[in-house]
Amino acid sequence: MKRILAIARKEFLHILRDPRSLAVSILMPLMMVLLYGFAIDMDLKNIRVGVLDFNRSAESRSFINEMVSSGFIVESARLSNRKEIEPGFRQNKYRAVIIFPADFSLSLVKDPVTQIQIILDGADGTSAATVANYLNAVTSRINLSYAKEDFGLDILPIETRTRVLFNPELRSAHFIVPGLAALIMMMICALLTSIAIAREKETGTMEQILTTPVVAPQVIIGKIFPYMVIAALDATLIFLVGKFVFGVPMNGSWFALAGYSLIFILIALSLGLLISSVAKTQQVALIAALMITLLPTLLLSGFIFPIASMPAVLQYVSRVIPATYYLEIIRGIILKGVNWYPRMGGILTGMSLFLIILAIKRFKTRLD
Amino acid sequence: MASLEQNTDNTAVLIQNLTRKFGKFVAVDNINLTVSRGEIFGFLGANGAGKTTAIRMLCGILRSSGGNAWVAGIDINKKPELVKRKIGYMSQKFSLYNDLTISENLTFYGGIYGLKRKVISQRSRDLLDRLKLVGFRNRMTGALPLGYKQRLALGCSVLHRPRVLFLDEPTGGVDPVARREFWDLIYELSDQGTTIFVTTHYMDEAEYCNRVSIMDQGRIIALGKPTELKQEHNVKTMQEVFFDVVQPVIT
Amino acid sequence: MFQTGKTKVALLLEALEKSYGKIKALHHLSLSVEPGQIVGLIGPDGSGKTTAMRIATGLLTPDNGSVRILDIDPFIRPRQAKELIGYMPQRFSLYPDLTVSENLRFFSDLYLVTKHDRIERQERLMKFSRLGPFTNRRASKLSGGMKQKLALMCALIHTPSLLILDEPTTGVDPVSRQEFWNILRELAEQGIGILVSTPYMDEASLCDNILMMYEGRIIGTGKPEDITTLFPDKLLEIRDIDITEIKRKLQMKYPTLSVQRFGDKLHIPYSDEEQFETIKSAVPDRTQVNPIKPGIEDTFVALMSKPNITADYISEESG
Repeated sequence: MKRILAIARKEFLHILRDPRSLAVSILMPLMMVLLYGFAIDMDLKNIRVGVLDFNRSAESRSFINEMVSSGFIVESARLSNRKEIEPGFRQNKYRAVIIFPADFSLSLVKDPVTQIQIILDGADGTSAATVANYLNAVTSRINLSYAKEDFGLDILPIETRTRVLFNPELRSAHFIVPGLAALIMMMICALLTSIAIAREKETGTMEQILTTPVVAPQVIIGKIFPYMVIAALDATLIFLVGKFVFGVPMNGSWFALAGYSLIFILIALSLGLLISSVAKTQQVALIAALMITLLPTLLLSGFIFPIASMPAVLQYVSRVIPATYYLEIIRGIILKGVNWYPRMGGILTGMSLFLIILAIKRFKTRLD
Repeated sequence: MASLEQNTDNTAVLIQNLTRKFGKFVAVDNINLTVSRGEIFGFLGANGAGKTTAIRMLCGILRSSGGNAWVAGIDINKKPELVKRKIGYMSQKFSLYNDLTISENLTFYGGIYGLKRKVISQRSRDLLDRLKLVGFRNRMTGALPLGYKQRLALGCSVLHRPRVLFLDEPTGGVDPVARREFWDLIYELSDQGTTIFVTTHYMDEAEYCNRVSIMDQGRIIALGKPTELKQEHNVKTMQEVFFDVVQPVIT
Repeated sequence: MFQTGKTKVALLLEALEKSYGKIKALHHLSLSVEPGQIVGLIGPDGSGKTTAMRIATGLLTPDNGSVRILDIDPFIRPRQAKELIGYMPQRFSLYPDLTVSENLRFFSDLYLVTKHDRIERQERLMKFSRLGPFTNRRASKLSGGMKQKLALMCALIHTPSLLILDEPTTGVDPVSRQEFWNILRELAEQGIGILVSTPYMDEASLCDNILMMYEGRIIGTGKPEDITTLFPDKLLEIRDIDITEIKRKLQMKYPTLSVQRFGDKLHIPYSDEEQFETIKSAVPDRTQVNPIKPGIEDTFVALMSKPNITADYISEESG
């Protein structure tokens, strides 16, 4: 125990003696959550739409008014012919163009189905899909009002009403902040510890330590301690930013959040140490830690792409990514207020133990 | 400059009242020294005595705070860039590229000094022969024994035919035979008129020099031929001369 | 030599073999360090000194041969062995961002030294090494000589019986080196066995016993005052003002002669009086030609090229 404390104390001193790195390890997560939080905000507002109105009737005008009054759409350009459509997209004047045919008002009266045309910018697929959804919603609302006027009907035969639970406004920040927390914690923790052993190998101090009676578990556990403190601090900051800057509600228990977060941090720190005890240089360790944590956590944990829509192989892969479980747990705690996850919590605890033991096993007490 | 070169016809390094201060700390304190053409000069001193600072000034990479010096007839304060063309520098931490071959290293250093391709290949051939590295020219530098690397480092530092060659602890760690071979090359260079300026902590290496100076606390406190100094202090080794003149560390 | 029985040998290495892939780093290396003795491993880089020392500390496993530290096998009882060894690796291996006392504290904690003992020992070591005024200075801010002293003090904090020091004085100035060796001598007088390596021949004279290492073998051993008797020939020194010219002439006339220049002197090994006279007659009258005692480096150079003599020597010692 005294040896573990000796290593932990020394590691603390290293951290304190290097205020710049300490600042980076605390400010970086903060910066990341703020930047990503604002950047990955998937709510589109003020979508610019161009209008090409060959009809120029009261009907087309009222359609446009209805569309703009939703608050999501702005009429940013008025076109006079089809040739202007493409240059406008290229100059980024609008993300969609809505075209009213010349017989729009006539067709409304005459034909059973009236068509308008919407042209979308497929270069940004995500935005295009969102724009299409908005325009469809507007169209169906307008349809409804015509139905009322023309046929005196109060209801349509079938109407879908979607009610979104837990995140009623479908605010993407609520969904993204927990994901960001998982991503950032995984990355920062692994990066922090990935150099902890590699650095000592590089500077030669490891050779000295290995000639003392200290054993592998003492080195590994002693080195996890101090970084656990920093990581806990980081996690606290991230969740506070989530609550107070992005307005993410907290429906569950802070204790549960802290508990599962600590287990997750432990996994990330042990992963870093495992990398560190295998890598020969700090540089290799850093790159490996970044590769192993960043992309899988970002792409396969369900952070951005829902796991259910992944190919089967990737779904299996996602099951060995710790963030998959952590993400589900904290989204559950924060948004649903469910605090108890025996199965997933068990899996995470198992993972952390496995990684610590592996790091200890891979830590060589000899030079050959 | 022409007149200066005439004045210093046989003088390779002329140092007059050279001083360097770092804040209040005087690293080099008013030193004077003349080293002749072709001389092998040992620049000795304890850690922190000011040797490195002095050599950095002579190499034109550090400004002096006072006094002046001429290296190969060139004023180090006025034309530091020109000084760099006239000198060669080799340190113990050989600045060779381990992932390049021997000839690639030579070509690179030749290029740095702006030598023409033809000149580089001509001189490289001569040097490889003299350094006994011909058979290894296409070998990766990293895989060479230390003694070979050392000879190559020397080769890289003299490719541009410097007038003054600075050697910083050149033979640390090599075996005694390699060290003797290395010194044979140094004597050859010196016989051809290159002035050699050597720093070392090892007093047996001082015996290889024509003349030595010992620096302590920024000053030159002993200067002369090794034999003379030993006689003067009535001792058998340069080590003893060193202890005789250098103040014990006050802690 | 080893069968004293009364006192345990501080370090005993027997018939060590070690290869890295195809490269043989140690050939049948044996040596012993008695308590209170300073044994010097002398040889250039790559001669196997570091490998031998790392095996002695248990950092590397030998392919063959045995290691005993006060009769303890470090590969069977590593913890006990580690308690007995103080080791200084070749590279400065303390924490530069920690102060002198923090470094000492860290190592004393790793060895489970009690607080009482630590305070008492630190005070004594600081006095002994004259590092006292720098207790709160960061290791990175120490001079080369002070760093090496601090590393030595960290290796001493658990009062080991055997010190293994890998090139502790490389890159350190002569004054600090002298001081360092004085400290080593004092430690030896307290009964600690010391195995120390150095690439520098001039430090050999400070040891009780010298082992010359070259290409993984011991090529000669002996007390510093005796080891030069292993020099197979005699040696003469030539002094002249125009030493370059004399060297050139001698080498032209006798191409087989090994002529080494040292400043304004030449050293030439010779076999008998007849050869001495031949050389003397080949140089001008004003030139001084005198027989001299070969130094340790001369001996080393001579033994480097004669591995056979050494092989006998080793089998004699280990047999």
